[in-house]
Amino acid sequence: MSESNTILKLPDQRTATMPKRHYINNEDGLLSWLLTGDHKRIAMLYLMSITVFFFIGGAFAGLIRLELLTPQPDLVSSDTYNKLFTMHGIIMVFLFLVPSVPATIGNFLIPIMVGAKDLAFPKINLLSWYLYVIAGITILTALVLGGVDTGWTFTTPLSTHYLNTHVLTTAVGVFIAGFSSIFTGLNFIVTIHRMRAPGMTWFRMPLFCWAHYAASILMVLGTPVLAITLVLVALERVFGIGVFDPTKGGDPILFQHLFWFYSHPAVYIMILPGMGVISEVISTFSRKRVFGYTAVAFSSVAIALFGFFVWAHHMFIMGVSNYSALVFSLLTMLVAVPSAIKIFNWTFTLQKGSITFETPMLYAFGFMGLFTIGGLTGVFLGALGMDIQLTETYFIVAHFHFVMVGGMLMAFLAGVHFWWPKMTGRMYPESLSKLAAVTTFIGFNLTFLPQFIVGYLGMPRRYHSYPAEYQVLNVLSTAGATVLGVGYMLPVLYLAWSLKYGAIAGNNPWQATGLEWQIQSPPLTPNFIETPIVDYEAYDYEWLARKTEQEVTTVG
Amino acid sequence: MSEHHEYHDPANVTNPEHAEHHIVTPLQYSFVFLTLLVFTGVTVGAAYVELGVLNPIIALAIASFKAVVVILFFMHVKYQSRLIKITVGAGFFTFLALVTMTLLDYISRAWGLW
Amino acid sequence: MHEDHHEVLPQHLHHFATEEQQRETGTFGMWLFLLTEIMFFGGLFFAYLLFRNWYYDAFVAASNQLSIPLGAFNTVMLISSGFCMAVGVWAAEVRKQSLLVIMLILTTFFGLVFIGVKYVEYKEKWELHHIPGAHFDVSQFENPAAYGLKEKPLAPDMAEKTQVFFFLYFAMTGMHALHMIIGVGLLVWLILRARRGAFSSGYVAPIENFGLYWHFVDIVWLFLFPLLYLINRHPLH
Repeated sequence: MSESNTILKLPDQRTATMPKRHYINNEDGLLSWLLTGDHKRIAMLYLMSITVFFFIGGAFAGLIRLELLTPQPDLVSSDTYNKLFTMHGIIMVFLFLVPSVPATIGNFLIPIMVGAKDLAFPKINLLSWYLYVIAGITILTALVLGGVDTGWTFTTPLSTHYLNTHVLTTAVGVFIAGFSSIFTGLNFIVTIHRMRAPGMTWFRMPLFCWAHYAASILMVLGTPVLAITLVLVALERVFGIGVFDPTKGGDPILFQHLFWFYSHPAVYIMILPGMGVISEVISTFSRKRVFGYTAVAFSSVAIALFGFFVWAHHMFIMGVSNYSALVFSLLTMLVAVPSAIKIFNWTFTLQKGSITFETPMLYAFGFMGLFTIGGLTGVFLGALGMDIQLTETYFIVAHFHFVMVGGMLMAFLAGVHFWWPKMTGRMYPESLSKLAAVTTFIGFNLTFLPQFIVGYLGMPRRYHSYPAEYQVLNVLSTAGATVLGVGYMLPVLYLAWSLKYGAIAGNNPWQATGLEWQIQSPPLTPNFIETPIVDYEAYDYEWLARKTEQEVTTVG
Repeated sequence: MSEHHEYHDPANVTNPEHAEHHIVTPLQYSFVFLTLLVFTGVTVGAAYVELGVLNPIIALAIASFKAVVVILFFMHVKYQSRLIKITVGAGFFTFLALVTMTLLDYISRAWGLW
Repeated sequence: MHEDHHEVLPQHLHHFATEEQQRETGTFGMWLFLLTEIMFFGGLFFAYLLFRNWYYDAFVAASNQLSIPLGAFNTVMLISSGFCMAVGVWAAEVRKQSLLVIMLILTTFFGLVFIGVKYVEYKEKWELHHIPGAHFDVSQFENPAAYGLKEKPLAPDMAEKTQVFFFLYFAMTGMHALHMIIGVGLLVWLILRARRGAFSSGYVAPIENFGLYWHFVDIVWLFLFPLLYLINRHPLH
């Protein structure tokens, strides 16, 4: 375990113990968790709830893939199939992807990374979790009552006039989830601006914080538009006014403009925190500072800014004017640039670094390859001619799954594994986790690469039957989904196992830079014993080497 | 370690401009109050005068002026840090982005309604 | 840990280094919340912009049904309540407890008058069958002369579009009124705390931050009034 093919440095397990006091054993009792203001405990509450919803959403994915094994509509009726992909989308987007990294890893780490004792508004943080849980219960209620079949995009006039499924209940649930997200973002912005420790300048912050800052701006400014859109859909359904009804003089495309004004920035809300994780992981496992810190920092903010100006690329075939489509297409090309800058910078971070292949790094490599493919296919889709052919086909489905699952979900897993020792004080079992990472990668490619092909060949999305010539590719995809499911189950099992039986991690098992690695694992409730004073740059491995030379490491 | 005067923090987050905490007086508020009332009267009066396309422009200009006055004085933004000022600006900028970019579509449609 | 070189308020929270930091973050946080409100109302304002342009004649006819005296009176009520709120913040800052309580009560009073007038206006709309939905009646717009109104009559399909105006009227003023009602509720709570002296020893953040919320709701009305009530009054009176 101490050879040069890993940087992992655990304390001597014969004498190591967990710290006597930390945020988990600081207070006992269910209420101390349910009424906590401690950002770390709230992060753990989120982690548990998000995992539950992930598997519910995943179950729907399994059913979808099962139906698509055969070209005939033989498993479920078309209405039920519509409900399956709708619930899959709603749960995965609003109850998993949007809160995943920010609400778990972000909540846990941002105060520590900037040297603060907690987020700016701990009670609002707790409220955010309660809103999330209420939203989740509301959406599950809609599911149990019979589900909703509008697609996660609630497109009008289908959602306002032609369906009598539980659109209202779901809309209420998503509305509440939106506010959960807004409060998280608000907390992050205020904390990063106003609660940094002495010496922690903007350009000494870890890039994880920059990424969350950019995502938080999107959360605060974009989500309210989703909220008002859902209110309008609800009012339209209940009172039948006509704001989205062409027969009464309304415009269904107005709904889409307002909906996508949020939902496009939403994809950046989802991916930016993941990119923040990747910056940290790649730097640590190459033992090298991130190449072009300033470029990566500014590109995060640039993605947030440009991300507000491209939404109509989801609407090219819907009836927007040609001139508008042209402008949005051009802007879509531009928004790809900052993402590409990040990929280049991470690649150059790897160059001449001392690379090791622990599990977080495996997920990070997976991210870089798969996100690049996903992102490039996004550029294809931004070209008007291509989009007219490819939109509403499986090409789109493959594109967004590459960026969201191959990108974001891999980044989430990378982050959970990277900071697991910090959050719990325990190491996960490395060989099993590597197996899970590789399984996930293989399963993912098997699931979604065929979807690019079948989409390009013309198979439409959101249909539960398809022409027989697409069956082989669909079978491959379903097989991949099974492998993927196994790959995702494994972490739940071994991470839970590690809580009791994992090796004691110590303060800094990865020998990483960053304030979070200078404190005990798990951290104390106020994070720091005394306010840190920062006089070194981010990712300063020389500083870390000098510091550890003089240190005697004892745990507990 | 004290954070107040011994360590000069280059990342002074609380008060980067070292601004004094300014208290706006009731007299200043009274001027603002009167201004708002006067311009309410102006906007009502202007509605009765035929000015063609200028009517909505004037109405919005007056409303915007009143809003700016409320923001600067009743909400103290004139005396707040640059961060607060930028924040306020960012909010209205994003709203304008929503309006302009969406209008881009409606204005250039061939349907003829605009 | 912190040294007690200066006055530490009992409301000082442990994760802030200084009281000033606590107050600044509170104000910043409230402004970020107001940004979400700008974007929230922004969607409605855009819908208004679109349909006013598409159905201008219907919007004019429908808007002329609204009462300018009531609307202007309400605007004055809100401006006055804003003035009282601002003076209340000053009173808290200079630690004049009784003035603060009086100002908060006046703010609430003006807010309640506003809500009362809105109720009167809504009731009138109900009686005239101008509430959008199943009972909406366009006959007044197709044939204004029969109702003693000096308006241009509208063609039937344009007359139908008055429903869109009234929908936006109720959605926008209703959403605004909802925010006012929440504000009045918060004011009552603040008054109770102010009477117990919670804000008279230097802890002004709740008053200041509520003031920001209240002024923002006021600003929304400052835009709603001309856009809804004052579209085109000149041909008639």
